[in-house]
Amino acid sequence: MKMSKPKGFEKPSGVRDYLPRAVTKLRKIENDVLHCMSRWGYQQMMTPTLEYYDTVGVASSTSDQKLYKLLNNRGQALVLRSEMTAPVARVVASLLKDEPLPLRLSYHANVFRAIEEEAGREAEFFQTGVELVGDDSPEADAEVVALAISSLQAAGVKSFKIAMGHVGFLNGLFQEALPQLPEAQEELKSHLLGRDYVSFRETLRRLDLTEAQKNELDGLLRLRGGKEICGQALELSDHPLARHSIDHLCKVWEVLVSYGVSQHVLIDLTMIGDFSYYTGMTFEGYAAELGFPVCSGGRYDNLLQQFGRPIPSTGFSLKTNRILDGVAGSSEEEELPILIQYDATRRKEGLEEATRLRSEGHAVVTRLAAGPEELETVKRLDTDTIEADGMRYGEIYTFVSFVSEHG
Amino acid sequence: MAQILKVAMPKGRIYEKAAELFRQAGLPIPPDGEASRKLVIPLPEAGMEFILAKPVDVPTYVEYGVADIGIVGKDVLLEEDRDVYELLDLGIARCRMSIIGLPNWQPGIQQRVATKYPNVASKYFREQGQQVEVVKLNGSIELAPLIGLADRIVDMVETGQTLRDNGLIEMKSIFEITSRLVANRVSYRMKNEEIQQLCDRLQAVIGEPNLR
Repeated sequence: MKMSKPKGFEKPSGVRDYLPRAVTKLRKIENDVLHCMSRWGYQQMMTPTLEYYDTVGVASSTSDQKLYKLLNNRGQALVLRSEMTAPVARVVASLLKDEPLPLRLSYHANVFRAIEEEAGREAEFFQTGVELVGDDSPEADAEVVALAISSLQAAGVKSFKIAMGHVGFLNGLFQEALPQLPEAQEELKSHLLGRDYVSFRETLRRLDLTEAQKNELDGLLRLRGGKEICGQALELSDHPLARHSIDHLCKVWEVLVSYGVSQHVLIDLTMIGDFSYYTGMTFEGYAAELGFPVCSGGRYDNLLQQFGRPIPSTGFSLKTNRILDGVAGSSEEEELPILIQYDATRRKEGLEEATRLRSEGHAVVTRLAAGPEELETVKRLDTDTIEADGMRYGEIYTFVSFVSEHG
Repeated sequence: MAQILKVAMPKGRIYEKAAELFRQAGLPIPPDGEASRKLVIPLPEAGMEFILAKPVDVPTYVEYGVADIGIVGKDVLLEEDRDVYELLDLGIARCRMSIIGLPNWQPGIQQRVATKYPNVASKYFREQGQQVEVVKLNGSIELAPLIGLADRIVDMVETGQTLRDNGLIEMKSIFEITSRLVANRVSYRMKNEEIQQLCDRLQAVIGEPNLR
């Protein structure tokens, strides 16, 4: 492609501007979600946009080629953060290392990904999420799933589903079926990760397995549904890791039933997330209005040890701007500002009134009208809306000493 | 209540074969669908709505979720690399992706390959450790070696008749192509029952997955 010097108004591909109307909606979603998280006892934290490539960059779940890398003036490799889990882990292992566990942390941040154009993939986007650090129980996993559901509701997503799986089940199942063939195991897992069921079956066909084993592994693709799936999965494998994983998932399900949210959840044992990163339960959230997943999360018990503090952890993040794009949200009417116009003589009076109204919580804009000809031409549209020179106001107050037909 | 499935159907070569497969699976698909020139065909009796798309665009519609599922050739899936579920090999529209050239082809110093599939071709030659320049063309690919634009081409071969007519030979087949049933990531969850049911009915027609 021919590269030319960008025009003055251009910006790099994959990033976007947010105009007032979008920001209003985005902030509302963000605030409602963060407020929801704080009611579950999660405390918000912030980390820098820049991190070292060798620490957070390497530890993050984002593949190397999708990281934005840059050099600082000392020639050290930096990354723009690609997600928040690794930075939070870094803080947990350093600044918060003496805090009692479990830690409940939340965040809202912009994150960056290189070469992800099109299809809901942006170079910069927003994530709102939580990390529950230092608790490896099913109770903790269920808490983050239930909080994800609560957060989606707070964000105004009406119809959604959560699909939940467990990395350990697949690991155990494949280790049992193909004990000497780690490469075949990886291949099958990568087909599942790539959502390519056709290639999964093709690989099965090639492998030296009994027909019963092949049918069992093929049956994996149908393991989707409610709690009954756990029972069916237990029949598939005697491997201790697989059984332990299913047992854990069953317990998570029980807790979700007690939360009263299991109707939103579906167990899908082919759902593995990024298996080099997640170590246990993983989940994804889908909204009916949107073509792309709106949240993802899971257990990552190996991450913290990369920062020298080996403790288990689980969490999720919401893709806040996707929700903005797809969800109508609760249409709260923005209050129109009040216009106060004044002349030089009555300026003090006008500005004092503006201060009083602002202290009452109203939005007020002020303008100087030096003479009668500078007063806005006012047209009342309805009881709550007045139009003046193309702008809309909730009310207009005029403080002038000269005589005017507007009064 | 069952939800309507929006199906991105490829216009042209594959459409009739796919529609016939749906009919065999017991879905009432009218015979003149594609001829009507309508781009969106509601099929309430089948619980579906067909969206007639250019084949190469089918994965895009499905990835964005404007279609829940779609039917598309493996050639397009490999070229477009969209994030969709690839659920079933429908076994229809069978052909292959091949390297084609003149019978007396000798590797030159700078080899050039013309194709409609630049991503597929680049990846293949890279993996073979071959250094070639890939030229993207949009049609009549067979022309390229005849007039010296490229010394080889990468293209889909069904019967090979066009090649023979132009004095070209199929040098190597890279992979087999059939049509696939693909699904959007969200639809696959939100309309899980409808999609699974359709999969099962189609599977029954094309035969059990032969795992041997």
